Amino acid sequence: MLTMIARRMMLAIPSIVGVIVVTFLLTRVLPGDTAAYFAGPAASAQAVEEVRVKLGLDQSIPVQFASYVGDLLRGDLGASLTTGRPVVTELAARLPASTELTLAALLLSLVIAVPLGIIAAVRNDSWVDHFTRIFTTAGVSLPVFFTGLLFVYVFYFLLGWAPAPLGRLDVFYSSPPEWTGFFLIDSLVAREWETFRAALAQLALPTITLAVFSLAPIARITRASMLNVLASDFVRTARAAGLSGGTVVMRYAFRNALLPVITTLGMVFSFLLGANVLVEKVFAWPGVGSYAVEALLASDYAPVQGFVLVMAILYVLVNLAIDLLYGVVDPRMKVEG
Amino acid sequence: MTSIAEIPPVVQSARAHGLKAVFQHARYVMRENPVTGFAFLMFLFFVLCATIGPWLVPHDPLASNTAQALKPPSALNWFGTDQLGRDIFSRVVVAARLDLAIAISSVLLVFAFGGLSGVAAGYFGGWTDRIVGRICDTIMAFPLFVLAMGIVAALGNTVTNIVIATAIINYPLYARLARSEANVRRDAGFVHAARLSGNSEGRILLMHILPNILPIMMVQVSLTMGYAILNAAGLSFIGLGVRPPTPEWGIMVAEGASFIVSGEWWIAFFPGLTLMLAVFCFNLLGDGLRDIVDPQRRT
Repeated sequence: MLTMIARRMMLAIPSIVGVIVVTFLLTRVLPGDTAAYFAGPAASAQAVEEVRVKLGLDQSIPVQFASYVGDLLRGDLGASLTTGRPVVTELAARLPASTELTLAALLLSLVIAVPLGIIAAVRNDSWVDHFTRIFTTAGVSLPVFFTGLLFVYVFYFLLGWAPAPLGRLDVFYSSPPEWTGFFLIDSLVAREWETFRAALAQLALPTITLAVFSLAPIARITRASMLNVLASDFVRTARAAGLSGGTVVMRYAFRNALLPVITTLGMVFSFLLGANVLVEKVFAWPGVGSYAVEALLASDYAPVQGFVLVMAILYVLVNLAIDLLYGVVDPRMKVEG
Repeated sequence: MTSIAEIPPVVQSARAHGLKAVFQHARYVMRENPVTGFAFLMFLFFVLCATIGPWLVPHDPLASNTAQALKPPSALNWFGTDQLGRDIFSRVVVAARLDLAIAISSVLLVFAFGGLSGVAAGYFGGWTDRIVGRICDTIMAFPLFVLAMGIVAALGNTVTNIVIATAIINYPLYARLARSEANVRRDAGFVHAARLSGNSEGRILLMHILPNILPIMMVQVSLTMGYAILNAAGLSFIGLGVRPPTPEWGIMVAEGASFIVSGEWWIAFFPGLTLMLAVFCFNLLGDGLRDIVDPQRRT
């Protein structure tokens, strides 16, 4: 088991190296003068020169790359032009907000999509199946920023069920004492039930928006993979041996059908991390995505670069975790590993 | 099972020629799957909007009229007016051209680069394969929308760069598909035959293998088209690429976003709905085409 984990981790290293090389290259392909870009639009010629020396842009490309990697290892992603604060601090402060949203959405969509996919496969060609098929095709067609706004209009403006789409917590509440950075968990730990309710109310709409979007691929692959497994010999044998329908579906078919679903989770996560940026903008969610968008519009490059790098590394780690999970669910992988 | 009278039209169409064959095949496709037929009609509608839309719209999409600002949909302004009094219906129709142009050019770009390099990787193997594979892996290591943001930020905030970024994030899909399809065919009989009759390797690749995998690649085009539109609109929603007052669906939704909380829903609703329908149309079309070209991949 341990050697398998170690081997998987080794496999993630080329991805991380690739990510670092690409983010480095992205800063070098800036049109015009990189130093002028980093110094900001209002900088004088002398200031630009100072930035050039400070960033080491007068050095050769390999030397620059080495110092870039060195900075990364020291956890230095540069400083934001607009706020002057180090990018790492800002990203670390805002990451829990984004993670809480993404994980909540993933959980919600799994809880809905997997049963939906199973029912659609078991009751093939029933109304549930047709509904699932329409829903999954429609789901991947939805622009998240549009569905988010629709939800805001219906549930905030028309019905008044949801609070105003302005961040993680209403201004009347103070954030719970920080422990994990996830407001839901922190408020529970601190036993602040009112804060928990308020945080949940703020989280509901953005989570549903993201979940509707990520539901579709999960439901679709669950249905396809269940259909596949249900048609296989061992399911027919189990049925012939007189096992009840529920046992066959849940204990035999589902466990086998789970594998492609886990593989798809990687792709779903890629979608989620991207859609997160859009949803954060719609709901004024104080996460890393809205931080990057603000910086992008202000031509403040260091935060964007830091954001892309952090998201990519997070994504590589998620894929690693999915790989490991795959090994846990499928015992055959352990033997081969 | 099949009597002579019931020979599927697709077989008959193989015997028919030219335009007649095309129509026969189209009729067969529509009858076989009405949803695909519907999606195709919607596709034609969007193409019409993009080509002759600007001459048909009732109002100038850029003309502001503050006296008419923020009016709900009416007989005069079918989709209402925005904060500057511009007619939203006209803007939505005119925007089709830019949105489709971005999507089509990015898909064509990735079709050319991804398709060619993928076919070469699958056919030649060796270091070509390793390089293409490595590039794909590296791109796939990023969350795709985030990578697109990074690319646009680095290359500069223009529409051209949105096209390039969208093409780059779709590259692995095309390259991998072309690679696996070419790989399956590298030892096929027709390839050996072509080689024995003296064709060069490059010629076999371009004139024999590439045309052979073209149908499957075309399915990929229509499947990724919806994603390309969605991606481009998402980028312009966060303020990249297209600049106001240019009509474009993503930026129009962004402009209407701040009015949603005060109840002026129509500003964001109609461009958003149109965007959704366009993406939906391409996804249905792609699914339908795939079922016809490659029934085994049906899910």
